[in-house]
Amino acid sequence: MGWMLLFIMEKSSESLQQLFQQEFSKMVAVISKTFGLQHIEIAEDVVSETFLQATEAWKAKGIPPNPTAWLYAVAKQKILHHFRRNKIYDEKVLPEIISGNVMEEIEEVNFSVENIKDSQLQMLFAICTPVIASEAQIGLALRILCGFGIDEIAEAFLSNKETINKRLFRAKEKLRAEKVLMELPSENEITKRLDTVLHIIYLLFSEGYYSQTQNQNLQKDLCLEALRLGLMLTEYEKTNLPKTNALIALMCFHASRFSARQSNTIVLYGQQDQELWDATLINQGIYFLNLSVQGEELSSYHLEARIAYWHCRKEGTQEKWEEILQLYNRLLQINYSPAVALNRTYALYKVKGKETALVEAEKLKLENNHFYFMLLAELYTDLDQQKARLHLERAYDLAKTRTEKQGIQEKINLINQLNA
Amino acid sequence: MKDFALLFRQADYNYSKISPEEMEEINKRWQNWIGGIAAQGKLAVGGSRLAADGTVLKAGGVVTDGPFVEIREILGGFILVKADNLEEATTLAHGCPALDGNGSVEIRPLFV
Repeated sequence: MGWMLLFIMEKSSESLQQLFQQEFSKMVAVISKTFGLQHIEIAEDVVSETFLQATEAWKAKGIPPNPTAWLYAVAKQKILHHFRRNKIYDEKVLPEIISGNVMEEIEEVNFSVENIKDSQLQMLFAICTPVIASEAQIGLALRILCGFGIDEIAEAFLSNKETINKRLFRAKEKLRAEKVLMELPSENEITKRLDTVLHIIYLLFSEGYYSQTQNQNLQKDLCLEALRLGLMLTEYEKTNLPKTNALIALMCFHASRFSARQSNTIVLYGQQDQELWDATLINQGIYFLNLSVQGEELSSYHLEARIAYWHCRKEGTQEKWEEILQLYNRLLQINYSPAVALNRTYALYKVKGKETALVEAEKLKLENNHFYFMLLAELYTDLDQQKARLHLERAYDLAKTRTEKQGIQEKINLINQLNA
Repeated sequence: MKDFALLFRQADYNYSKISPEEMEEINKRWQNWIGGIAAQGKLAVGGSRLAADGTVLKAGGVVTDGPFVEIREILGGFILVKADNLEEATTLAHGCPALDGNGSVEIRPLFV
């Protein structure tokens, strides 16, 4: 019984945290939109104070029937209080509000569903302004749009709180200095800016999916938040473009394999339990993939989404690997990266066999990349066990995490056993 | 690293009589070859295929139709690659599907 109770309590505090995380981004976006992006830190403070008050009040009296309405009402009071107390209202806010009855404006901090959505979208575009570096954009997006705490962001980046705080502070300074506005870019600008927005969402997702943090809940949260931001873009005609849909499809397909990947060590694709793949997410992915084929543009998201789609089909048919190889060939021509080059060579092995793939693999010369030597080892296995082992040893030396080293050591042991 | 143009010449680029399956097979061969160069991070520009028909303008305003019978091998397309020297660029050209059709690849450094 005691155990059950503990479980329920943990569960409820977890959902409270989820509520705060969700509401943080909404409230900060709306407040920043109302008073201007230069007051974003005030918005963050007001919202944090509101959560603190909620935690204490709700602990004493229980959670109110409509917690979000409670949060919005308290936040409104705090904003009013803040601006009166600090005279910022008279000196800074007043001249900036162009016309009308100002008191009413302030009291009209509008937390309607519609205004929340508009404000969040505008915030997304504001953060993706070209004036700040992409690393800072991701940090800001995690904080302001996804409501992650500084601790969590530091953990995701394998960094510390001070570094992250400094980075966010500088990024916000930049927003102020460059007078970035909370508004959607103009017609001509929006397509170009959308590329940055999509890229940031892609990086957010990758940060979660390939993150070196061992915290699996955090990894999953990051991915789901990236997916949520992507879906937000589909609600507006100007941002709901084929490449947006392609990116969402890509994220759905990858996210569908989340449960199968999660265990103490990262489960390699070939060993994943297909039963654990999330069929709903795969179907969502197919839905968005179909939407993405409209129009002429073939973005790297299109190619990656189709690769991910094929990977969601377990059966290793010739057709599957042939398709994947062709998609990687094209992806490399748009967007070279060592990882894509290695994946392409793996697909080549599946289509043409080890000998052909080896010739091409030897040309890649990615001498600092442990995945490169793991691939070479895989290709040499059965052809030349001695070389396979040497490559594994190189991979072992280059591998960065203990989990990876452990996995490589197991392969070395296996070869040693066979040769013994 | 310098840029080099790889120019593909073949006796015949007329694919109008072959089946879609054969065409797909030819495309795959080209894509696999270019993909192999791109995987080494040595593709500078994806380049283009040139259509088989066209015209030639000569001095004196003489315009003739393609195909260009005067030259034994028709220029069929090009890509730009990155390489340290001509020798390396030539190595990259190995395996080009134009060679299968008894054609040739011309490797020419680009002036910066």
